[in-house]
Amino acid sequence: MSLERQEVEKITHLARIAVGEAEMDALARSLSGILDFVEQMSAVDTQGVEPMAHPLHMAQRLRPDQVTEQDQRERFQSIAPEAEAGLYLVPKVIE
Amino acid sequence: MTNMHEKSISELAAGLRNGDYSSVELTRAYLARIERLDSGLNSYITVDAERALSQAGAADRMLRDGAASPLAGIPIAHKDIFCTQGVRTSCGSRMLDNFISPYDATVVTRFKEAGAVMLGKTNMDEFAMGSSNETSFYGPVRNPWDRARVPGGSSGGSAAAVAARLCAGATGTDTGGSIRQPAALCGISGLKPTYGRVSRYGMIAFASSLDQAGPMARSAEDAALMLGVMAGFDPRDSTSVHQPVPDYGAGLDGDIGGLRIGLPREFFAEGLDAKVAASIEAAIGEFRKLGAEVVEISLPNNHLSVPAYYVVAPAECSSNLARFDGVRFGHRCQGPKDLEDLYKRSRAEGFGMEVKRRILIGTYALSAGYFDAYYLKAQQIRQLIASDFRRAFEQVDLIAAPATPGMAFAIGEKIDDPVTMYLSDIYTIAVNLAGLPGMSIPVGPANGLPVGLQLIGNYFDEGRLLNAAHRFQQATDWHLAAPADID
Repeated sequence: MSLERQEVEKITHLARIAVGEAEMDALARSLSGILDFVEQMSAVDTQGVEPMAHPLHMAQRLRPDQVTEQDQRERFQSIAPEAEAGLYLVPKVIE
Repeated sequence: MTNMHEKSISELAAGLRNGDYSSVELTRAYLARIERLDSGLNSYITVDAERALSQAGAADRMLRDGAASPLAGIPIAHKDIFCTQGVRTSCGSRMLDNFISPYDATVVTRFKEAGAVMLGKTNMDEFAMGSSNETSFYGPVRNPWDRARVPGGSSGGSAAAVAARLCAGATGTDTGGSIRQPAALCGISGLKPTYGRVSRYGMIAFASSLDQAGPMARSAEDAALMLGVMAGFDPRDSTSVHQPVPDYGAGLDGDIGGLRIGLPREFFAEGLDAKVAASIEAAIGEFRKLGAEVVEISLPNNHLSVPAYYVVAPAECSSNLARFDGVRFGHRCQGPKDLEDLYKRSRAEGFGMEVKRRILIGTYALSAGYFDAYYLKAQQIRQLIASDFRRAFEQVDLIAAPATPGMAFAIGEKIDDPVTMYLSDIYTIAVNLAGLPGMSIPVGPANGLPVGLQLIGNYFDEGRLLNAAHRFQQATDWHLAAPADID
């Protein structure tokens, strides 16, 4: 399984990770190497095998719909890169 | 007094109660060792002496009032993946270099409530992705047995700190072997509990269906005392299991005569270092002497565990690490020109190469058109692997195998070849995919380097693992061996 440069560009965009031109080829090679390695799964017959999502087959636990957490906005926003008036600041999104 | 660092947790607990020394004195002794020895090991990312001494003072008061927990006043270290309120929690990443956690992980809270003293936070592979501790933003940890070698990973700092006697015990996390592999390479006892046994709340998520926290200690007995503090239901973790926690300490001495131990033949085949094999066989011989019945078993799909893991874990990591976006906490790039630029450059600068690789593999495996071929296929293979174990546990009580294919490798040896590095976890990953408990105990050293014997138990059978390991350690003294130049 060899990834084309174009595909790597698409994945890096989906994952929102900037990758410089210079790094792109090396990255394509190492990702292709990993995909080659996991490719050996395709030789295994898994027809009718139920995919395993959880080792203990647990059902999702539900809790009463009650407020259990206190408002800690100020504490959490004190470690934000940029926050003001209770809002997280980012570059302008809407003109 | 001079050899406090050589004592086990239960010995220290007795000494504290006898008034042989106070927790403050014990904590000062450990802090002095860290000061003197850790520059050569790099096992800690953060040491917080002031906080440790204040906790030790409080523990001394608790002890005077008759504190019940054996961990009261004992100096330990937390892997830097556990959130610690008011203390930097970096997860070994530049992304979180400036992150002071606003809350405590449940594991941290439980140790605090028991009166344990936190010396600091240990080094680790970035976001727990690595098997050598070389992916840490804070530089590699050195193996105390040979500084040119890796301590294993991702809990390499915890393993090295315990081995070098820079804490009495430490916490670790294990997603594909990250407690057992470094425990093996550093010659200590490390246990990964059953999935759901220990709360994941406040433990920075890597692969949520595999991640599990556990103790790293000098003996099975110490690990049992620590696990007793860590284990138990937590409403804040949706996969935490509501099951009573046995008294692990009380079960340590049980007779293991008649215990059925299975040796999976696939783990003793090609790829296993001959010296490791010899040490493992000698250890199995000890179990026979203790009355265990040893039989051969088969785990025929084990060779598929690493490929399946490198789909499941990256897929889950790509989703979990999406939260690091430069907006709410963690690293933000300078002068973003728009929101997309902010995301992309903050993540490019904050994450190291191995973390990026795994996010990208996961993104690819989950993308439209590839989901069935990768993620679904891997989850089916996971089912096959879990079925192998189910069959095995119809015949045996425990499985014994090597923890790693070789001993500690040289720093730099595998870091440029991801797949070779991934294969160093060939004996540990299947246990995570199945959600079972596993433990590594030292059975070396061979040629001056530790070897780890892995014991694998059925679901929630941590007590039996600890019992077998403890009986073994009562009959042998490999767990007492220490690196030469740490005095």
